[in-house]
Amino acid sequence: MIKSLNDLNQFRKQYSDMLALREHRNARGTRMNIMVCGGTGCLSSDSDKVIKNLELILKARGYADEVKIIRTGCFGFCEQGPIVKIEPDNVFYVRVGPKDAKDIVDEHVAKGNRVERLLFEDPLTNARVHTQVEMPFYKKQVRVALRNCGVINPENIHEAIAVEAYEALGKALTQMSRDEVIDVVKKSGLRGRGGGGFPTGLKWEITKKQESREKFIICNADEGDPGAFMDRSILEGDPHSVIEAMAIGAYAIGADKGIVYIRAEYPLAVARLNTAISQARELGLLGKSIFGTDFCFDVTLKYGAGAFVCGEETALINSCEGKRGEPNYKPPYPAQEGYWGHPTCVNNVETFANIPVILTKGAEWFSSMGTEKSKGTKVFALAGKINNVGLVEVPMGITLREIIYEIGGGIPGGKRFKAVQTGGPSGGVLTEKELDTPIDYDSLLAVGSMMGSGGMIVMDEDDNMVNIAKFYLEFTMDEACGRCNPGRIGTKRLFEMLNKITQGKATMAELDAMKQLAYLIKSSALCGLCQTAPNPVISTMKHFWNEYMAFVKDVDHPRGEGRFTPKNKIGIKS
Amino acid sequence: MKPLEREFPKKMYDELGAYIESLETTKGALIEILHKAQEIFGYLPRDVQLFVARKLGIPGAEVYGVVSFYSYFTTKPSGKHIISVCMGTACFVRGADKILEKFKERLGIESNETTEDSLFTLKDVRCIGACGLAPVIMVDGKVYGRVKEEDVDAIINEYRGKEAKEVDKVLK
Repeated sequence: MIKSLNDLNQFRKQYSDMLALREHRNARGTRMNIMVCGGTGCLSSDSDKVIKNLELILKARGYADEVKIIRTGCFGFCEQGPIVKIEPDNVFYVRVGPKDAKDIVDEHVAKGNRVERLLFEDPLTNARVHTQVEMPFYKKQVRVALRNCGVINPENIHEAIAVEAYEALGKALTQMSRDEVIDVVKKSGLRGRGGGGFPTGLKWEITKKQESREKFIICNADEGDPGAFMDRSILEGDPHSVIEAMAIGAYAIGADKGIVYIRAEYPLAVARLNTAISQARELGLLGKSIFGTDFCFDVTLKYGAGAFVCGEETALINSCEGKRGEPNYKPPYPAQEGYWGHPTCVNNVETFANIPVILTKGAEWFSSMGTEKSKGTKVFALAGKINNVGLVEVPMGITLREIIYEIGGGIPGGKRFKAVQTGGPSGGVLTEKELDTPIDYDSLLAVGSMMGSGGMIVMDEDDNMVNIAKFYLEFTMDEACGRCNPGRIGTKRLFEMLNKITQGKATMAELDAMKQLAYLIKSSALCGLCQTAPNPVISTMKHFWNEYMAFVKDVDHPRGEGRFTPKNKIGIKS
Repeated sequence: MKPLEREFPKKMYDELGAYIESLETTKGALIEILHKAQEIFGYLPRDVQLFVARKLGIPGAEVYGVVSFYSYFTTKPSGKHIISVCMGTACFVRGADKILEKFKERLGIESNETTEDSLFTLKDVRCIGACGLAPVIMVDGKVYGRVKEEDVDAIINEYRGKEAKEVDKVLK
């Protein structure tokens, strides 16, 4: 049991050896750690079998005592999975199959020789990269929210404590007042990472000010944006950071119950979160009188059931109450009347993951990163037509060009970059012209897209933008909850119009009508989901008007869906 | 005439009933209960929904309202193998729509339908989070990454083959 900050420090000292090799210090007994990625991406390409084979071969060769295998959370470089990292050598192996286990043991473990064929090959120079820090994918990244993903075993609270988990909570409870905690978060400039960008400290302050016998803190882990998976990776790779941050938030706003609303489609994240919660309870880090203070807090899980709109906070609260996940009119805001009518603070997983480090390292440290109004870092899920698919965490203000060409390694197959969709189905496209725009909340809004939860889908010259818009509209049409007319009927009509266009049956007048309808939905829908639903249409119309025109005017295309012949292939509208 | 709904063994209802009674409170627990029910019965037919409604003392319409709202809940029985084609954005731009079409053509069914022999149910799902392997499909729990149109037949046959082997075993 941990009853004071002192106890926690003792624990940390006791377990710090577990991490010694990974921090390139000498460790007693063990000489090598083999870190194998156990994230969903790598598991689906057999990383479990890699672990099993490594275990068997290590045992057969007599290395079982001196070499330890650690199943970590996501390293982020999902394109190259399964990933195996050898510490303290800092060697990063990619696309490791179960059959490669033998070479890793017989060459690397036994003789200290790197297995060249498993090293990452730089697509630009074709040279093998020997260490993780030299890899272009990692060079520009600054890992704050993902700081422990790929570093610790998420199913072991001792490793988490060794990397300073629960230190911030201890500090907050024993040395800081509730206002001081809120003040630090406010000063850090942290804004909601789920997409809205609302200042987190302010949200906490508003909830704290409410007079109520009962308050709640909810973690929004209903990651619905198709193509974004940072929240899942954080929960799978570092669940304790989220639990700790929820406790800190609960202390600040005056809540004693927390709920994690999580997608049922994330079984691994659910399992790891459950493990983490019960381990925290065992050590007294959740439950009654935490750190010997009179602060009590516990966390329960509520499962989503597949509804994109439940990412909206009022809808999420309805769903937590077991109802249809339809949004409510605001005000009252959840901070005033939320879960069962009590003041409730809803924050996103990634937002929470930032909190503990902000408290331990200070607001100044955090706000030294990023731009004037968007502080810190942001995790993006880079996917689509890009060489290095994966999760990247970069300081706010980095340009799209840096992300796509330096971290992402450019477009595969020598194709030309066409556009990138940020903000998922609620966002818009950014084109070549915006490649040098600094990425932060406000500048993305200014160019007609949004930050969203951080999905970043790259498209190349082969992608038809009208089809892309139609794809997103189909998604929002399916996911619109039906509460308001613009959402229920408007998105359906908009989709039908797009369908007609891509079938080559639409007229100019219909194209104009579609534009009008898009703006009408934007201005009249009830909640964020449908207010932003027309964004993909509006932004592709703005940047790729020619592609819409090609469908409308081209008589050779009576059923031209998805086809784009060179004759009418038009690039970016200049 | 509409065929009668399948009758489920009492044991299944008992299990669900016991689960509901084990809950500290049923306030706000409808979704959890439906998750459990779907786990037990495989899907949520009308009878099961009514059973839940009566247990909780709420109108059947309220239960149906929730069941029909969430895409995770299904009111139709599934085939033996569920083929989920990821239609997340990352998979879409890498050609998932063509993969889905190919499955539809080969199985002769639309999305969310089951083949006549009850062997396959085809689903288009939102992002299973393996974007690095796009386009991705999942059969039951197994993920197939970087799927090409040519692979579709092999994947279907893999499961048909397994089925045939099982039948052989039984006949022997």
